[in-house]
Amino acid sequence: MAQGVLVFIEERDGKVKKTSLEVLSAARKLTNQIQEPVVAVRAGTGEPSVNLAHYGADKVFCAQHELLNAYSTESYCAAITQAARTVQPRIILSAASSMGRDLLPRVAARLGVGLAQDCIEARIVDDKQLECVRPIYAGKAYARVRLLMTPAVATLRPNVFSLGEPDTARNAELTTFTPELNAGQVRAAVRETQVSAGQRVELTEANIIVSGGRGMKGPENFPIVQQLADELGGAMGASRSAVDAGWIGHQHQVGQTGKTVSPTLYIACGISGAIQHLAGMSSSKYIVAINKDPEAPIFNVADYGIVGDLFEVVPALSLAIKNLKSS
Amino acid sequence: MKIVVCVKFVPDTAIKIKISPNGKEIELADVAFVVNPYDEFAVEEALKIKEKLGGEVIVVGAGSEQATTGLRTCLAMGADSAILVRDPSLENADSFVIGTVLARVCRDLHPDLILFGKHAIGVDNGQVPSVVAELLDLPQASVVTKLDIQDTKFRAERDIEGAREIVEGCLPAVITAQKGLNVPRYASLKGIMAAKKKQIAVQALDSLGLSTEDLKPRISTEQITLPPSRPPGKVLKGEVSEVVPQLVKLLHEEAKII
Repeated sequence: MAQGVLVFIEERDGKVKKTSLEVLSAARKLTNQIQEPVVAVRAGTGEPSVNLAHYGADKVFCAQHELLNAYSTESYCAAITQAARTVQPRIILSAASSMGRDLLPRVAARLGVGLAQDCIEARIVDDKQLECVRPIYAGKAYARVRLLMTPAVATLRPNVFSLGEPDTARNAELTTFTPELNAGQVRAAVRETQVSAGQRVELTEANIIVSGGRGMKGPENFPIVQQLADELGGAMGASRSAVDAGWIGHQHQVGQTGKTVSPTLYIACGISGAIQHLAGMSSSKYIVAINKDPEAPIFNVADYGIVGDLFEVVPALSLAIKNLKSS
Repeated sequence: MKIVVCVKFVPDTAIKIKISPNGKEIELADVAFVVNPYDEFAVEEALKIKEKLGGEVIVVGAGSEQATTGLRTCLAMGADSAILVRDPSLENADSFVIGTVLARVCRDLHPDLILFGKHAIGVDNGQVPSVVAELLDLPQASVVTKLDIQDTKFRAERDIEGAREIVEGCLPAVITAQKGLNVPRYASLKGIMAAKKKQIAVQALDSLGLSTEDLKPRISTEQITLPPSRPPGKVLKGEVSEVVPQLVKLLHEEAKII
Protein backbone atom coordinates (compact mmCIF):
# COMPACT_ATOMS: atom_id res chain seq x y z
CA MET A 1 0.00 0.00 0.00
CA ALA A 2 1.58 3.24 -1.15
CA GLN A 3 1.96 5.93 1.43
CA GLY A 4 3.87 9.09 2.16
CA VAL A 5 5.86 11.49 0.04
CA LEU A 6 9.35 10.94 -1.34
CA VAL A 7 11.23 14.22 -1.85
CA PHE A 8 14.34 14.45 -4.00
CA ILE A 9 16.90 16.70 -2.30
CA GLU A 10 19.21 18.54 -4.66
CA GLU A 11 22.66 19.56 -3.56
CA ARG A 12 25.21 21.75 -5.29
CA ASP A 13 28.79 21.87 -4.01
CA GLY A 14 27.69 19.85 -1.00
CA LYS A 15 24.98 22.34 -0.03
CA VAL A 16 21.29 21.52 0.08
CA LYS A 17 19.40 23.88 -2.24
CA LYS A 18 16.84 26.16 -0.63
CA THR A 19 14.35 25.16 -3.31
CA SER A 20 14.55 21.55 -2.08
CA LEU A 21 13.73 22.72 1.46
CA GLU A 22 10.68 24.53 0.06
CA VAL A 23 9.56 21.22 -1.42
CA LEU A 24 10.21 19.41 1.85
CA SER A 25 8.08 21.99 3.69
CA ALA A 26 5.33 21.57 1.11
CA ALA A 27 5.51 17.77 1.46
CA ARG A 28 5.20 18.10 5.23
CA LYS A 29 2.03 20.16 4.85
CA LEU A 30 0.59 17.60 2.42
CA THR A 31 1.31 14.66 4.69
CA ASN A 32 0.10 16.35 7.87
CA GLN A 33 -3.29 16.22 6.21
CA ILE A 34 -3.13 12.43 5.75
CA GLN A 35 -0.79 11.46 8.62
CA GLU A 36 1.86 9.83 6.46
CA PRO A 37 5.66 10.08 6.45
CA VAL A 38 7.96 12.32 4.40
CA VAL A 39 11.08 10.58 3.15
CA ALA A 40 13.96 12.59 1.69
CA VAL A 41 16.26 10.97 -0.86
CA ARG A 42 19.61 12.42 -1.87
CA ALA A 43 22.77 11.40 -3.68
CA GLY A 44 25.70 11.44 -1.30
CA THR A 45 26.73 10.19 2.06
CA GLY A 46 27.30 11.73 5.46
CA GLU A 47 25.18 14.39 7.08
CA PRO A 48 23.54 16.79 4.63
CA SER A 49 24.46 20.48 5.05
CA VAL A 50 21.01 21.16 6.50
CA ASN A 51 19.19 18.97 8.99
CA LEU A 52 16.38 17.81 6.73
CA ALA A 53 14.28 16.70 9.71
CA HIS A 54 13.89 20.35 10.71
CA TYR A 55 12.05 21.01 7.45
CA GLY A 56 9.83 17.97 7.66
CA ALA A 57 11.71 14.78 6.75
CA ASP A 58 10.92 11.71 8.86
CA LYS A 59 13.58 9.63 7.15
CA VAL A 60 16.55 10.43 4.92
CA PHE A 61 17.79 7.97 2.32
CA CYS A 62 21.36 8.63 1.19
CA ALA A 63 22.30 6.94 -2.08
CA GLN A 64 25.95 5.96 -2.17
CA HIS A 65 27.63 5.07 -5.46
CA GLU A 66 30.58 6.40 -7.41
CA LEU A 67 28.33 6.83 -10.45
CA LEU A 68 26.38 9.45 -8.47
CA ASN A 69 29.39 11.71 -7.96
CA ALA A 70 28.62 13.60 -11.16
CA TYR A 71 25.02 14.29 -12.14
CA SER A 72 23.63 11.93 -14.73
CA THR A 73 19.93 11.67 -15.51
CA GLU A 74 20.35 7.92 -15.77
CA SER A 75 22.23 7.26 -12.52
CA TYR A 76 20.10 9.64 -10.46
CA CYS A 77 16.95 8.17 -11.97
CA ALA A 78 18.13 4.68 -11.00
CA ALA A 79 18.82 5.82 -7.41
CA ILE A 80 15.46 7.53 -6.99
CA THR A 81 13.36 4.80 -8.56
CA GLN A 82 15.12 2.20 -6.41
CA ALA A 83 14.43 4.30 -3.30
CA ALA A 84 10.83 4.55 -4.49
CA ARG A 85 10.62 0.78 -4.74
CA THR A 86 11.60 0.51 -1.07
CA VAL A 87 9.52 3.43 0.21
CA GLN A 88 6.45 2.81 -2.01
CA PRO A 89 5.45 6.48 -1.82
CA ARG A 90 2.11 7.89 -2.82
CA ILE A 91 3.82 10.98 -4.22
CA ILE A 92 7.32 11.88 -5.49
CA LEU A 93 8.30 15.56 -5.48
CA SER A 94 11.25 17.72 -6.44
CA ALA A 95 11.88 21.39 -7.08
CA ALA A 96 11.30 22.49 -10.67
CA SER A 97 14.98 23.41 -10.91
CA SER A 98 17.18 22.63 -13.91
CA MET A 99 18.02 19.29 -12.31
CA GLY A 100 14.48 18.52 -11.15
CA ARG A 101 13.00 19.35 -14.53
CA ASP A 102 15.51 17.01 -16.17
CA LEU A 103 15.30 14.20 -13.66
CA LEU A 104 11.66 13.83 -12.62
CA PRO A 105 10.32 13.33 -16.16
CA ARG A 106 12.68 10.39 -16.50
CA VAL A 107 11.70 9.06 -13.07
CA ALA A 108 8.02 9.30 -14.00
CA ALA A 109 8.68 7.62 -17.33
CA ARG A 110 10.54 4.74 -15.67
CA LEU A 111 7.67 4.23 -13.26
CA GLY A 112 5.17 4.44 -16.12
CA VAL A 113 3.26 7.31 -14.54
CA GLY A 114 2.35 10.90 -15.35
CA LEU A 115 4.06 14.08 -14.28
CA ALA A 116 2.98 17.60 -13.45
CA GLN A 117 5.84 20.06 -13.94
CA ASP A 118 6.33 23.43 -12.31
CA CYS A 119 3.31 23.35 -10.00
CA ILE A 120 2.32 26.40 -7.99
CA GLU A 121 -0.20 24.60 -5.78
CA ALA A 122 -0.44 21.01 -4.59
CA ARG A 123 -3.06 19.35 -2.47
CA ILE A 124 -4.35 15.91 -1.67
CA VAL A 125 -7.96 15.46 -2.65
CA ASP A 126 -10.61 13.20 -1.13
CA ASP A 127 -9.46 9.87 -2.58
CA LYS A 128 -5.84 10.70 -1.64
CA GLN A 129 -4.90 11.61 -5.19
CA LEU A 130 -2.55 14.50 -5.83
CA GLU A 131 -4.09 17.53 -7.45
CA CYS A 132 -1.85 20.34 -8.65
CA VAL A 133 -2.26 23.73 -10.22
CA ARG A 134 0.29 24.48 -12.90
CA PRO A 135 0.65 27.44 -15.22
CA ILE A 136 0.15 26.62 -18.89
CA TYR A 137 0.84 28.87 -21.87
CA ALA A 138 3.68 30.26 -19.72
CA GLY A 139 1.19 31.56 -17.19
CA LYS A 140 -1.55 32.89 -19.43
CA ALA A 141 -3.78 30.25 -17.86
CA TYR A 142 -3.69 27.86 -14.91
CA ALA A 143 -4.56 24.18 -15.24
CA ARG A 144 -5.79 22.19 -12.27
CA VAL A 145 -4.68 18.64 -12.96
CA ARG A 146 -5.07 15.37 -11.19
CA LEU A 147 -2.43 12.65 -11.27
CA LEU A 148 -4.25 9.41 -11.88
CA MET A 149 -1.50 6.87 -11.23
CA THR A 150 0.56 5.98 -8.18
CA PRO A 151 3.05 7.33 -7.44
CA ALA A 152 2.06 10.83 -8.51
CA VAL A 153 5.16 12.70 -9.68
CA ALA A 154 5.42 16.49 -9.65
CA THR A 155 7.94 19.31 -9.59
CA LEU A 156 7.21 22.48 -7.63
CA ARG A 157 8.10 25.94 -8.84
CA PRO A 158 10.87 27.65 -6.84
CA ASN A 159 9.91 30.68 -4.73
CA VAL A 160 6.23 29.81 -4.58
CA PHE A 161 5.93 27.33 -1.69
CA SER A 162 6.89 28.98 1.55
CA LEU A 163 9.74 27.61 3.58
CA GLY A 164 8.33 26.55 6.93
CA GLU A 165 9.99 27.62 10.17
CA PRO A 166 12.58 24.93 10.97
CA ASP A 167 11.38 22.69 13.77
CA THR A 168 14.64 21.96 15.58
CA ALA A 169 13.00 19.42 17.87
CA ARG A 170 12.50 16.98 15.01
CA ASN A 171 14.84 14.14 14.16
CA ALA A 172 15.12 11.84 11.18
CA GLU A 173 16.76 8.51 10.74
CA LEU A 174 19.58 8.53 8.15
CA THR A 175 19.86 5.38 6.02
CA THR A 176 22.58 4.80 3.44
CA PHE A 177 21.83 2.55 0.50
CA THR A 178 23.78 1.49 -2.57
CA PRO A 179 21.66 1.53 -5.69
CA GLU A 180 22.21 -1.21 -8.23
CA LEU A 181 24.08 0.59 -10.95
CA ASN A 182 26.79 -0.21 -13.46
CA ALA A 183 28.80 1.99 -15.80
CA GLY A 184 26.96 0.58 -18.82
CA GLN A 185 23.72 2.15 -17.59
CA VAL A 186 25.25 5.64 -17.43
CA ARG A 187 25.81 6.70 -21.00
CA ALA A 188 25.63 10.47 -20.46
CA ALA A 189 26.80 12.51 -17.48
CA VAL A 190 27.89 15.99 -16.48
CA ARG A 191 31.64 16.25 -17.08
CA GLU A 192 32.15 19.83 -16.03
CA THR A 193 30.29 22.71 -14.42
CA GLN A 194 31.38 26.21 -15.38
CA VAL A 195 30.21 28.95 -13.05
CA SER A 196 29.11 31.84 -15.21
CA ALA A 197 30.54 35.19 -14.24
CA GLY A 198 27.77 37.33 -15.69
CA GLN A 199 24.70 36.32 -13.76
CA ARG A 200 25.28 36.51 -10.04
CA VAL A 201 21.74 35.56 -9.06
CA GLU A 202 19.73 33.03 -11.06
CA LEU A 203 16.53 34.44 -12.54
CA THR A 204 14.22 31.59 -11.61
CA GLU A 205 15.42 31.61 -7.99
CA ALA A 206 15.70 35.38 -7.57
CA ASN A 207 13.60 37.17 -5.02
CA ILE A 208 13.97 40.43 -6.93
CA ILE A 209 14.32 40.86 -10.70
CA VAL A 210 15.05 44.02 -12.65
CA SER A 211 14.40 43.66 -16.37
CA GLY A 212 15.12 45.84 -19.38
CA GLY A 213 13.23 45.95 -22.65
CA ARG A 214 13.19 47.74 -25.96
CA GLY A 215 13.19 51.08 -24.13
CA MET A 216 16.81 50.39 -23.12
CA LYS A 217 17.72 51.43 -26.68
CA GLY A 218 20.93 49.40 -26.83
CA PRO A 219 23.30 46.99 -25.08
CA GLU A 220 25.41 49.84 -23.70
CA ASN A 221 22.58 50.86 -21.37
CA PHE A 222 22.03 47.54 -19.61
CA PRO A 223 24.59 48.33 -16.88
CA ILE A 224 22.05 50.71 -15.27
CA VAL A 225 19.61 47.78 -14.97
CA GLN A 226 22.37 45.53 -13.62
CA GLN A 227 23.34 48.21 -11.12
CA LEU A 228 19.79 48.43 -9.77
CA ALA A 229 19.59 44.62 -9.64
CA ASP A 230 22.89 44.51 -7.73
CA GLU A 231 21.74 47.22 -5.35
CA LEU A 232 18.67 45.11 -4.57
CA GLY A 233 20.56 41.81 -4.48
CA GLY A 234 18.49 40.61 -7.42
CA ALA A 235 18.89 39.22 -10.91
CA MET A 236 18.77 40.95 -14.27
CA GLY A 237 16.11 39.99 -16.78
CA ALA A 238 15.13 41.15 -20.25
CA SER A 239 12.25 41.13 -22.68
CA ARG A 240 12.29 39.10 -25.88
CA SER A 241 12.78 42.16 -28.07
CA ALA A 242 15.94 43.11 -26.16
CA VAL A 243 17.24 39.54 -26.46
CA ASP A 244 16.31 39.19 -30.12
CA ALA A 245 18.02 42.52 -30.86
CA GLY A 246 21.20 40.95 -29.46
CA TRP A 247 21.50 43.46 -26.61
CA ILE A 248 21.64 40.82 -23.91
CA GLY A 249 22.01 37.01 -23.67
CA HIS A 250 18.99 34.73 -24.02
CA GLN A 251 19.54 33.32 -20.52
CA HIS A 252 18.10 36.62 -19.26
CA GLN A 253 14.87 36.37 -21.22
CA VAL A 254 11.62 36.41 -19.27
CA GLY A 255 8.42 35.37 -21.02
CA GLN A 256 6.83 32.61 -23.00
CA THR A 257 9.95 31.60 -24.92
CA GLY A 258 12.20 32.48 -22.00
CA LYS A 259 11.94 31.89 -18.28
CA THR A 260 8.79 32.06 -16.21
CA VAL A 261 9.51 33.79 -12.93
CA SER A 262 7.69 34.48 -9.68
CA PRO A 263 9.86 36.84 -7.65
CA THR A 264 8.64 38.98 -4.76
CA LEU A 265 9.51 42.11 -6.73
CA TYR A 266 9.73 42.52 -10.50
CA ILE A 267 10.85 45.88 -11.88
CA ALA A 268 10.19 46.30 -15.62
CA CYS A 269 12.26 49.08 -17.19
CA GLY A 270 11.30 50.17 -20.69
CA ILE A 271 9.16 47.07 -21.22
CA SER A 272 5.84 47.72 -22.91
CA GLY A 273 4.32 44.44 -21.71
CA ALA A 274 3.69 42.23 -24.73
CA ILE A 275 1.36 39.37 -23.84
CA GLN A 276 4.15 36.81 -24.04
CA HIS A 277 6.26 38.82 -21.58
CA LEU A 278 3.36 39.34 -19.17
CA ALA A 279 2.79 35.58 -19.23
CA GLY A 280 6.26 34.99 -17.83
CA MET A 281 6.19 37.46 -14.95
CA SER A 282 2.63 38.36 -13.97
CA SER A 283 2.66 35.93 -11.05
CA SER A 284 5.29 38.12 -9.36
CA LYS A 285 4.13 39.36 -5.97
CA TYR A 286 4.83 43.04 -6.65
CA ILE A 287 5.39 44.57 -10.06
CA VAL A 288 6.91 47.98 -10.70
CA ALA A 289 6.77 49.46 -14.19
CA ILE A 290 8.95 52.28 -15.41
CA ASN A 291 7.98 53.40 -18.89
CA LYS A 292 7.61 56.68 -20.69
CA ASP A 293 4.41 55.57 -22.46
CA PRO A 294 1.48 55.90 -20.02
CA GLU A 295 -0.59 53.63 -22.29
CA ALA A 296 1.88 50.71 -22.13
CA PRO A 297 0.06 47.47 -21.14
CA ILE A 298 2.68 46.80 -18.46
CA PHE A 299 0.90 49.41 -16.31
CA ASN A 300 -2.20 47.18 -16.26
CA VAL A 301 -0.38 44.59 -14.19
CA ALA A 302 1.87 46.94 -12.21
CA ASP A 303 1.30 47.60 -8.52
CA TYR A 304 3.40 50.74 -8.80
CA GLY A 305 4.14 52.58 -12.00
CA ILE A 306 6.31 55.52 -12.88
CA VAL A 307 5.60 57.25 -16.16
CA GLY A 308 8.95 58.71 -17.04
CA ASP A 309 12.34 58.42 -18.67
CA LEU A 310 13.99 55.24 -17.43
CA PHE A 311 17.43 56.73 -18.01
CA GLU A 312 16.67 59.23 -15.26
CA VAL A 313 14.44 57.10 -13.06
CA VAL A 314 16.50 53.91 -12.86
CA PRO A 315 19.81 55.48 -11.74
CA ALA A 316 17.90 57.71 -9.28
CA LEU A 317 16.19 54.60 -7.90
CA SER A 318 19.55 52.80 -7.50
CA LEU A 319 20.89 55.78 -5.59
CA ALA A 320 17.79 56.09 -3.39
CA ILE A 321 17.98 52.40 -2.48
CA LYS A 322 21.67 52.65 -1.74
CA ASN A 323 20.94 55.60 0.57
CA LEU A 324 18.09 53.75 2.25
CA LYS A 325 20.33 50.76 2.93
CA SER A 326 23.10 52.87 4.42
CA SER A 327 20.73 54.86 6.62
CA MET B 1 23.75 10.17 -39.43
CA LYS B 2 20.04 9.57 -39.18
CA ILE B 3 18.33 12.27 -37.16
CA VAL B 4 14.72 12.27 -36.03
CA VAL B 5 13.21 15.55 -34.88
CA CYS B 6 9.89 15.36 -33.05
CA VAL B 7 7.81 18.46 -33.66
CA LYS B 8 4.54 19.82 -32.39
CA PHE B 9 2.26 22.35 -34.02
CA VAL B 10 1.19 24.80 -31.30
CA PRO B 11 -0.87 27.98 -30.83
CA ASP B 12 1.16 31.08 -31.62
CA THR B 13 2.77 32.82 -28.60
CA ALA B 14 0.84 36.04 -29.30
CA ILE B 15 -2.60 34.51 -28.73
CA LYS B 16 -4.97 35.65 -26.04
CA ILE B 17 -6.33 32.75 -24.07
CA LYS B 18 -10.03 31.93 -24.19
CA ILE B 19 -11.35 29.07 -22.12
CA SER B 20 -14.00 26.76 -23.54
CA PRO B 21 -17.44 26.61 -21.87
CA ASN B 22 -16.67 23.25 -20.21
CA GLY B 23 -13.77 24.96 -18.40
CA LYS B 24 -11.33 22.21 -19.31
CA GLU B 25 -9.84 23.33 -22.60
CA ILE B 26 -8.43 26.36 -24.35
CA GLU B 27 -10.50 27.55 -27.33
CA LEU B 28 -8.29 27.07 -30.35
CA ALA B 29 -10.76 27.37 -33.21
CA ASP B 30 -9.66 30.75 -34.57
CA VAL B 31 -6.08 30.64 -33.42
CA ALA B 32 -2.97 30.74 -35.61
CA PHE B 33 -0.68 27.75 -35.17
CA VAL B 34 3.09 27.64 -35.56
CA VAL B 35 5.83 25.06 -35.24
CA ASN B 36 6.71 25.04 -31.55
CA PRO B 37 9.53 27.64 -31.36
CA TYR B 38 11.81 25.27 -29.41
CA ASP B 39 11.26 22.57 -32.04
CA GLU B 40 12.50 25.01 -34.68
CA PHE B 41 15.84 25.10 -32.86
CA ALA B 42 15.85 21.29 -32.94
CA VAL B 43 15.11 21.18 -36.68
CA GLU B 44 17.80 23.79 -37.39
CA GLU B 45 20.35 21.82 -35.36
CA ALA B 46 19.48 18.63 -37.21
CA LEU B 47 19.94 20.37 -40.55
CA LYS B 48 23.29 21.80 -39.47
CA ILE B 49 24.50 18.37 -38.35
CA LYS B 50 23.36 16.86 -41.63
CA GLU B 51 25.17 19.58 -43.60
CA LYS B 52 28.35 18.77 -41.70
CA LEU B 53 28.20 15.01 -41.40
CA GLY B 54 25.73 13.91 -44.07
CA GLY B 55 22.72 11.74 -43.45
CA GLU B 56 19.02 12.41 -43.28
CA VAL B 57 16.56 14.38 -41.19
CA ILE B 58 13.11 12.95 -40.51
CA VAL B 59 10.49 15.03 -38.72
CA VAL B 60 7.84 13.21 -36.73
CA GLY B 61 4.60 14.55 -35.35
CA ALA B 62 1.55 13.20 -33.54
CA GLY B 63 -1.81 14.91 -33.75
CA SER B 64 -4.66 15.78 -36.02
CA GLU B 65 -4.62 16.55 -39.74
CA GLN B 66 -3.62 20.18 -39.14
CA ALA B 67 -0.22 19.05 -37.82
CA THR B 68 0.74 18.36 -41.46
CA THR B 69 1.05 22.14 -41.95
CA GLY B 70 3.72 22.23 -39.26
CA LEU B 71 5.54 19.24 -40.71
CA ARG B 72 5.40 20.87 -44.16
CA THR B 73 7.14 23.94 -42.68
CA CYS B 74 9.94 21.70 -41.39
CA LEU B 75 10.24 20.05 -44.80
CA ALA B 76 10.50 23.52 -46.36
CA MET B 77 13.35 24.32 -43.94
CA GLY B 78 15.16 21.29 -45.37
CA ALA B 79 14.06 18.13 -43.57
CA ASP B 80 14.01 15.13 -45.92
CA SER B 81 10.79 13.43 -44.95
CA ALA B 82 8.03 13.49 -42.39
CA ILE B 83 5.84 11.07 -40.50
CA LEU B 84 2.55 11.97 -38.87
CA VAL B 85 0.74 9.69 -36.48
CA ARG B 86 -2.69 11.03 -37.20
CA ASP B 87 -5.46 10.73 -34.70
CA PRO B 88 -7.62 13.52 -33.30
CA SER B 89 -7.42 11.93 -29.83
CA LEU B 90 -3.73 12.80 -29.74
CA GLU B 91 -4.46 16.54 -29.65
CA ASN B 92 -5.48 16.29 -26.01
CA ALA B 93 -3.47 13.23 -25.01
CA ASP B 94 -1.12 13.60 -22.04
CA SER B 95 2.68 13.70 -22.28
CA PHE B 96 3.12 10.04 -21.41
CA VAL B 97 0.81 8.88 -24.18
CA ILE B 98 2.42 11.18 -26.76
CA GLY B 99 5.85 9.98 -25.67
CA THR B 100 4.75 6.37 -26.03
CA VAL B 101 3.47 7.01 -29.56
CA LEU B 102 6.62 8.88 -30.64
CA ALA B 103 8.89 6.23 -29.09
CA ARG B 104 7.16 3.57 -31.16
CA VAL B 105 7.72 5.51 -34.37
CA CYS B 106 11.33 6.33 -33.48
CA ARG B 107 12.10 2.72 -32.57
CA ASP B 108 11.39 1.53 -36.08
CA LEU B 109 13.53 4.29 -37.63
CA HIS B 110 16.71 3.34 -35.72
CA PRO B 111 17.98 6.92 -35.49
CA ASP B 112 21.44 7.96 -34.30
CA LEU B 113 20.01 11.06 -32.69
CA ILE B 114 16.53 12.17 -31.60
CA LEU B 115 16.00 15.88 -31.13
CA PHE B 116 13.13 17.72 -29.46
CA GLY B 117 12.40 21.27 -28.36
CA LYS B 118 12.86 21.57 -24.59
CA HIS B 119 9.08 21.66 -24.21
CA ALA B 120 6.00 22.45 -26.25
CA ILE B 121 4.79 25.94 -25.50
CA GLY B 122 1.26 25.76 -24.22
CA VAL B 123 1.39 22.53 -22.27
CA ASP B 124 4.82 23.51 -20.89
CA ASN B 125 5.36 20.08 -19.33
CA GLY B 126 8.60 18.82 -20.91
CA GLN B 127 7.98 15.14 -20.19
CA VAL B 128 7.69 13.75 -23.72
CA PRO B 129 11.43 13.60 -24.57
CA SER B 130 12.19 11.70 -21.35
CA VAL B 131 9.42 9.20 -22.05
CA VAL B 132 10.92 8.53 -25.48
CA ALA B 133 14.44 8.24 -24.02
CA GLU B 134 13.23 5.89 -21.30
CA LEU B 135 11.14 3.63 -23.55
CA LEU B 136 13.99 3.34 -26.05
CA ASP B 137 16.58 3.01 -23.27
CA LEU B 138 18.66 5.97 -24.48
CA PRO B 139 20.72 8.59 -22.64
CA GLN B 140 19.39 12.14 -22.60
CA ALA B 141 20.55 15.73 -22.31
CA SER B 142 17.92 18.41 -21.90
CA VAL B 143 17.64 22.18 -22.43
CA VAL B 144 20.80 22.32 -24.51
CA THR B 145 22.35 25.55 -25.86
CA LYS B 146 25.33 24.01 -27.68
CA LEU B 147 25.78 20.60 -29.24
CA ASP B 148 28.79 18.93 -30.79
CA ILE B 149 28.67 15.51 -32.40
CA GLN B 150 31.84 13.51 -32.89
CA ASP B 151 31.54 10.00 -34.27
CA THR B 152 29.30 8.22 -31.79
CA LYS B 153 29.72 10.75 -29.00
CA PHE B 154 28.04 14.02 -28.14
CA ARG B 155 29.00 16.99 -26.00
CA ALA B 156 26.22 19.33 -24.95
CA GLU B 157 26.10 22.52 -22.92
CA ARG B 158 23.14 23.39 -20.76
CA ASP B 159 22.47 26.46 -18.66
CA ILE B 160 21.60 25.71 -15.07
CA GLU B 161 21.12 28.05 -12.09
CA GLY B 162 24.10 30.41 -12.21
CA ALA B 163 26.31 28.01 -14.15
CA ARG B 164 26.73 25.96 -17.29
CA GLU B 165 26.93 22.19 -17.38
CA ILE B 166 28.86 20.21 -19.95
CA VAL B 167 27.19 16.86 -20.57
CA GLU B 168 29.02 14.17 -22.49
CA GLY B 169 27.53 10.97 -23.71
CA CYS B 170 27.11 8.33 -26.37
CA LEU B 171 24.81 8.18 -29.35
CA PRO B 172 22.09 7.32 -29.99
CA ALA B 173 20.67 9.85 -27.54
CA VAL B 174 17.70 12.11 -26.95
CA ILE B 175 18.60 15.80 -26.81
CA THR B 176 16.28 18.77 -26.26
CA ALA B 177 16.89 22.25 -27.66
CA GLN B 178 16.81 25.55 -25.80
CA LYS B 179 16.84 29.04 -27.24
CA GLY B 180 20.45 30.01 -27.91
CA LEU B 181 21.34 26.73 -29.60
CA ASN B 182 21.15 28.35 -33.03
CA VAL B 183 19.10 30.73 -35.15
CA PRO B 184 16.53 28.77 -37.16
CA ARG B 185 16.59 29.45 -40.89
CA TYR B 186 13.57 30.67 -42.78
CA ALA B 187 12.30 28.38 -45.46
CA SER B 188 13.48 29.63 -48.84
CA LEU B 189 11.12 29.81 -51.80
CA LYS B 190 13.02 26.90 -53.29
CA GLY B 191 12.61 25.01 -50.04
CA ILE B 192 8.88 25.68 -49.98
CA MET B 193 8.53 24.41 -53.56
CA ALA B 194 10.64 21.34 -52.80
CA ALA B 195 8.59 20.61 -49.67
CA LYS B 196 5.46 20.22 -51.77
CA LYS B 197 7.01 17.18 -53.42
CA LYS B 198 8.27 15.61 -50.20
CA GLN B 199 6.40 12.77 -48.56
CA ILE B 200 4.47 13.03 -45.33
CA ALA B 201 3.81 9.44 -44.38
CA VAL B 202 0.62 9.18 -42.38
CA GLN B 203 0.28 6.40 -39.86
CA ALA B 204 -2.92 5.53 -38.04
CA LEU B 205 -2.63 5.32 -34.27
CA ASP B 206 -4.08 1.81 -34.21
CA SER B 207 -1.45 0.61 -36.70
CA LEU B 208 1.30 1.10 -34.09
CA GLY B 209 0.35 -1.93 -32.04
CA LEU B 210 0.08 -0.04 -28.75
CA SER B 211 -1.99 -1.53 -25.94
CA THR B 212 -4.82 0.13 -24.04
CA GLU B 213 -2.45 0.25 -21.07
CA ASP B 214 0.08 2.20 -23.19
CA LEU B 215 -2.58 4.71 -24.18
CA LYS B 216 -4.23 5.04 -20.78
CA PRO B 217 -4.20 8.66 -19.55
CA ARG B 218 -1.89 9.31 -16.61
CA ILE B 219 -3.15 12.76 -15.84
CA SER B 220 -6.48 14.52 -16.16
CA THR B 221 -7.24 18.20 -16.51
CA GLU B 222 -9.96 19.13 -14.03
CA GLN B 223 -10.24 22.81 -14.79
CA ILE B 224 -8.53 25.62 -16.65
CA THR B 225 -8.80 29.15 -15.28
CA LEU B 226 -7.36 32.51 -16.11
CA PRO B 227 -4.76 33.73 -13.62
CA PRO B 228 -6.26 35.91 -10.90
CA SER B 229 -6.43 39.48 -12.17
CA ARG B 230 -4.26 41.97 -10.37
CA PRO B 231 -5.80 44.85 -8.46
CA PRO B 232 -5.26 48.25 -10.11
CA GLY B 233 -1.93 49.75 -9.20
CA LYS B 234 -0.74 53.23 -8.30
CA VAL B 235 0.77 55.31 -11.04
CA LEU B 236 3.17 57.94 -9.76
CA LYS B 237 3.44 61.13 -11.75
CA GLY B 238 5.73 64.09 -11.38
CA GLU B 239 9.41 64.98 -11.31
CA VAL B 240 11.96 62.19 -10.89
CA SER B 241 13.06 63.82 -7.65
CA GLU B 242 9.52 63.36 -6.31
CA VAL B 243 8.37 60.02 -7.71
CA VAL B 244 11.50 58.00 -6.93
CA PRO B 245 11.38 58.69 -3.18
CA GLN B 246 7.63 57.93 -3.26
CA LEU B 247 8.30 54.58 -4.91
CA VAL B 248 11.06 53.70 -2.47
CA LYS B 249 8.73 54.59 0.41
CA LEU B 250 5.97 52.34 -1.00
CA LEU B 251 8.36 49.44 -1.52
CA HIS B 252 9.80 49.92 1.95
CA GLU B 253 6.66 50.62 3.98
CA GLU B 254 3.71 49.21 2.07
CA ALA B 255 5.17 46.23 0.21
CA LYS B 256 7.97 45.80 2.80
CA ILE B 257 10.34 44.34 0.23
CA ILE B 258 13.27 46.66 0.69
